[in-house]
Amino acid sequence: MTSSSLRRDGYWRANLRLVGLCLLVWFVCSFGFGVLFVEQMNHWRVGGVKLGFWFAQQGSIVIFVLLIFFYAWRMNRIDREYDVQED
Amino acid sequence: MSLKALTYLVVGMSFALYIGIALWSRAKNTGDFYIAGKGVSPIANGMATAADWMSAASFISMAGLIAFLGYDGSVYLMGWTGGYVLLALLLAPYLRKFGKFTVPEFIGERYYSKAARVVAVICLIFISFTYVAGQMRGVGIVFSRFLEVNVTVGLIVGMAVVFTYAVLGGMKGITYTQVAQYCVLIFAYTVPAVFIAIQLTGNPVPQLAFGSEVLGTGSTLLDKLDDIVTSLGFTQYTTGTKSKIDVFCITMALMVGTAGLPHVIVRFFTVPKVKDARISAGYALLFIAILYTAAPAVGAMARLNLIHTVQPGDVGAADGNLEYANRPGWFDTWQQTGLVTFDDKNGDGRIQYYNDRNANFALQAERFGWQGNELEVDRDIMVLANPEIAGLPDWVIALVAAGGIAAALSTAAGLLLVISAAVSHDLVKGIIRPSMSDKHELLVGRIAAAFAILVAGYLGFDPPGWVAQVVAFAFGLAAASLFPAILLGIFFKRINKQGAIAGMLAGLVFTYGYIEFFKGLFLKWAGAPWGENLASNWLFGISPEGIGVVGMGINFAVATGVSLFFPPPPAAVQKMVEDIRVPTSREAAA
Repeated sequence: MTSSSLRRDGYWRANLRLVGLCLLVWFVCSFGFGVLFVEQMNHWRVGGVKLGFWFAQQGSIVIFVLLIFFYAWRMNRIDREYDVQED
Repeated sequence: MSLKALTYLVVGMSFALYIGIALWSRAKNTGDFYIAGKGVSPIANGMATAADWMSAASFISMAGLIAFLGYDGSVYLMGWTGGYVLLALLLAPYLRKFGKFTVPEFIGERYYSKAARVVAVICLIFISFTYVAGQMRGVGIVFSRFLEVNVTVGLIVGMAVVFTYAVLGGMKGITYTQVAQYCVLIFAYTVPAVFIAIQLTGNPVPQLAFGSEVLGTGSTLLDKLDDIVTSLGFTQYTTGTKSKIDVFCITMALMVGTAGLPHVIVRFFTVPKVKDARISAGYALLFIAILYTAAPAVGAMARLNLIHTVQPGDVGAADGNLEYANRPGWFDTWQQTGLVTFDDKNGDGRIQYYNDRNANFALQAERFGWQGNELEVDRDIMVLANPEIAGLPDWVIALVAAGGIAAALSTAAGLLLVISAAVSHDLVKGIIRPSMSDKHELLVGRIAAAFAILVAGYLGFDPPGWVAQVVAFAFGLAAASLFPAILLGIFFKRINKQGAIAGMLAGLVFTYGYIEFFKGLFLKWAGAPWGENLASNWLFGISPEGIGVVGMGINFAVATGVSLFFPPPPAAVQKMVEDIRVPTSREAAA
């Protein structure tokens, strides 16, 4: 194996780890808090809205936006770490 | 100035703006026509994606759906936003690195097969035409209500405008028009929402009004709503009636479907770099979220306003209900369109609005002297009627009309473009006449776009079903066919053409068959639907809206299973997959 293909493998694994982590957050905040455990979450309130209901109608969307910006920021760093960035 | 004149003025001005932009950004070659020459900045692309994405269903129908569905409406809120996370993480950067023009082109090259490309084109055309039919109905509703023209005339005007900028400008013209359309639609959505939020809660930010106290009542908006709807026999607003598995599956099908919609994916081909594709998905969702976090508040406030209007007094009191003679003006205008209906079943001259399908509430309703629900309000009109129900000034109503049209036109244009690209680039250039020159291909693309507009217009006159129903169908198909094929193509090198084609077909046939079986789409003449659309008949309790998830699972299983029986993809294809996984393939040592 050449050093460049080793580097590629490392880059790809780092990418998959980050994607896995982000998808976990994505799943927990929407399907977890907003659907599967919505009744339990509804025991709490945020800003006058039941928490589970809030995650289902507003909270998950806010998390999604933050998640993509976080991913893009982390990926740019990983790109540079493995020297595969553009420009 | 009358409302009608004002609406003509605002809508006319917005049309002039779109056409001006189209003339300024004409496409010079196929690169411009298909992917705007890869020169769109990530923020502009984010806005264009948001406008492309937010259709008549988002702008016109969604808040209304939520208003009547309560918690169950969450499926649309999560489902139509969560897909962007999948896009940004799993598809967009790699497809941008691939660097070609269309989604079928990727599938054709990754699976080294013209047959795979043709299957992808068929999926794409199916998905995009069902989706565009929904947009055209949206244009029709807005025109017939606000410009008081015949639906036919309205449709022809809308088609002419789309024709001008889609055929002339291609992706380049569409992109910059969509940036303008985003600004129009988000302004048009936010202004009435702010007004209504101030009226009801005193909080000018609709997103926060959602949890605020209703002025003069001491209880929050949602608590108040829960109280009042249960007192009329409806299910509590903040809890749903759908089963958990169904909510789960519909949400997932909409998310995955979003990520598999060709007109959304192709937007990420237009940015200059891989890292722009990632961040652009973030901007797109940010711009979408501005509307999507306001929508649940708009829905809740609209429901409360509607109930307050028809039930100004105590539930059950003799004078608790609005007298029909005192009805507000919007009532009549919407009744003319047939989208609001009133039937005085107990002959008391008052409007009773309650849930007459609730057996536990029936006894109480009888004691009140109510003989059935008398008011039907079409869910599609809530956003459009909202400013009138809240008594807002005419210019706000005109603005909402322009916003609704912007939402429908921007989505229609994006869809028409991917249809024309699939025909000119994938079918004609890719398969029938590979030797065609760039200039000829551009011409074929323009002709295909023009033809697609005519078909879309026809579907608008004679829509095959409800906006939400046909749109749900498009999502199910995208989730079951294109999304798995692309995802597997990037993340699993071992998937070969036999696996991918078998997977796409299995997912498509299963999902289409299930929806046809319970809802009836194209085979009505053959007796469809054959099954009664009831939870007790559904497979695992999953409704046709959510079945795309099962279709996706079938696609994944068939594609991986079949792949194992055939040799792995050729070395060149495996090399291509490795290349699209990294932003640059620089070979220098680190």
